[in-house]
Amino acid sequence: MRSEAAWQLDLRPADDPETLIIALARRWRIDQDLPAADTLNDRLDVPVRHVRFDASALTDWDSGLLTFVSGISKRCADRGIAVDSSGLPPGAQRLLAMAAAVPEQKLAGRDKGPQGPFAQVGTATLEFFRGAPQMLGFLGEVTLSLLRLVSGRARFRARDLWLEIEEVGPRALPIVSVISFLVGLILAYLGADQLRLVGAQIFIADLVAIGMVREIAALMTGVIIAGRTGAAFAAQLGTMQVNEEIDAYQTLGISAIDFLVLPRMLALMLMVPLLTLYSAFIGMLAGLLVSLTIFDTGVFEYYTETLRALTFQQFGVGLSKGMVYGAIIAFAGCLRGMQCGRSAEAVGHAATSAVVTAMLLITIAASIMTIVYYQLGI
Amino acid sequence: MNGTPHIEVRDLTMAYGDFVVQRGLDFVVNKGDIFVVMGGNGCGKTTLMRALVGLQRPAAGSVLYSGKDFWNAAAETQRQLKRRLGILFQGGALWSSLTLAENVALPIAEYTGLPPARVNEIVDFKLALVGLAGFEDFYPSELSGGMKKRAGLARAMALDPDILVIDEPSSGLDPLTARRLDELIMELRDSLGTTIVVVTHELASILSIGNNSIYLDSESHTMIATGHPQDALKNGPPEVRRFLSRGATT
Repeated sequence: MRSEAAWQLDLRPADDPETLIIALARRWRIDQDLPAADTLNDRLDVPVRHVRFDASALTDWDSGLLTFVSGISKRCADRGIAVDSSGLPPGAQRLLAMAAAVPEQKLAGRDKGPQGPFAQVGTATLEFFRGAPQMLGFLGEVTLSLLRLVSGRARFRARDLWLEIEEVGPRALPIVSVISFLVGLILAYLGADQLRLVGAQIFIADLVAIGMVREIAALMTGVIIAGRTGAAFAAQLGTMQVNEEIDAYQTLGISAIDFLVLPRMLALMLMVPLLTLYSAFIGMLAGLLVSLTIFDTGVFEYYTETLRALTFQQFGVGLSKGMVYGAIIAFAGCLRGMQCGRSAEAVGHAATSAVVTAMLLITIAASIMTIVYYQLGI
Repeated sequence: MNGTPHIEVRDLTMAYGDFVVQRGLDFVVNKGDIFVVMGGNGCGKTTLMRALVGLQRPAAGSVLYSGKDFWNAAAETQRQLKRRLGILFQGGALWSSLTLAENVALPIAEYTGLPPARVNEIVDFKLALVGLAGFEDFYPSELSGGMKKRAGLARAMALDPDILVIDEPSSGLDPLTARRLDELIMELRDSLGTTIVVVTHELASILSIGNNSIYLDSESHTMIATGHPQDALKNGPPEVRRFLSRGATT
């Protein structure tokens, strides 16, 4: 049942059979359940050559009417039917004329339809290989900048370095503590089960100490800092790109790499190894706790066993990994930030991409270093 | 004044991939000109600016400063040429991690090696010139759009450049602030002899401050008028006259 105010649509044949009169009556507003222009498809065919509108009984209208009428006009144009809109309200006629004034543009480069799966794989592969030279180029620039730093010609503000160090280091302590403690706990439980079988419970200290110091502390710290700081770097530099701040450096002939990337790189190369040490310490503390509670090992016993297991070499391995991961995180974050496009969406993409790139590169580096250290017998 | 023009652009073509934005641009900017690059939205004004100031390599053609070809120069020459340019970006492009004073001080410290006390004096004066005395320790995020723009101008003028390139000086400014900025630009030209290149579509600015111009057409992708904007308004091609009169003449 329709209320009094609802729309009404009537089709009246005119005196000659070639003309169709579309009578629009009562209320045609966008919030109503208006008919689609498609409903008239059958009627807009031979023998109709002309379409006229009759809106004399129309009481109220808005763009709901306009979309219906322009839909009809479009179908008529496709079929070579002439449309006479003089029967519509004058305001509607003017708006329709404005909408029709600029013909639909066929823009170059916007005609890519949905791609098939093979084309998508191909495009993604091409994109990947296009990205590789960019990454190498950036690596080259950063290396040159580091060389400038060593030769004392790179310029950045010491305050920026300290700010980054504070942001990366002390502020990351809580999250590194929690995660390292829990990972140490897991490692200890994992070992406890196996070592109990051979009655070698005390070696839990060796397992946790060597595992944390050599591998896990650096890896966990790397993952945390990649998510926490790498993404932040990408977002910061990306926003600077959006604000043309990077351009402003460039036009003054100031190297944005020296000024922005270098302090971030140094901060991470310094702080990630330190956080790695801290993380290893917390992990070993968790190992001690597990050992005390489930095996009744003495604190002193655990302590001496840990000392026996650890050598300076082990620390060297962990610290070198921490430093490499730090460099990778800063590299990925800054690279994605500098590549950022000029929109809010691009900044979000840069942050995501920075974390993904860092994780991937960290895992690759971890594998390579573990194999190389093993082969070298370190 | 010698025979070589201050800025000369020869047969410049700018493109993004296969899409040519503008081609065949040929014009000369003389010392002391207020040269307006005008045209509708998306015609390539900003792209031309980026090619002029060394941010985007043109697809073809050359940009010469006092006869030196910027894009084919060695890195050191490019740096020296950049030293002569001051650029005001559309949104100010102030460095967000630095205060206003540090923003203005950085180019001075970078290029001159003056003692800090002397640098501070220059910074204070430049900020006072744009009406921002007292805002030295503010960060860009604490300022309004108009203030950012004026601070950007102070930074662009920090090294007393020969050439000041300004992208959309009045966009986002109210009419009075925009007019004050125009007056400041004219004053800089009159008193310091700075050559000014303004990229804009703001009619009030174009007609009141420009004494030379080019019009970039987005249909034909090239320049279709050059000369004094008032002349272009009277005698230019129909598109340019329409543009300069907001469509009133046909």
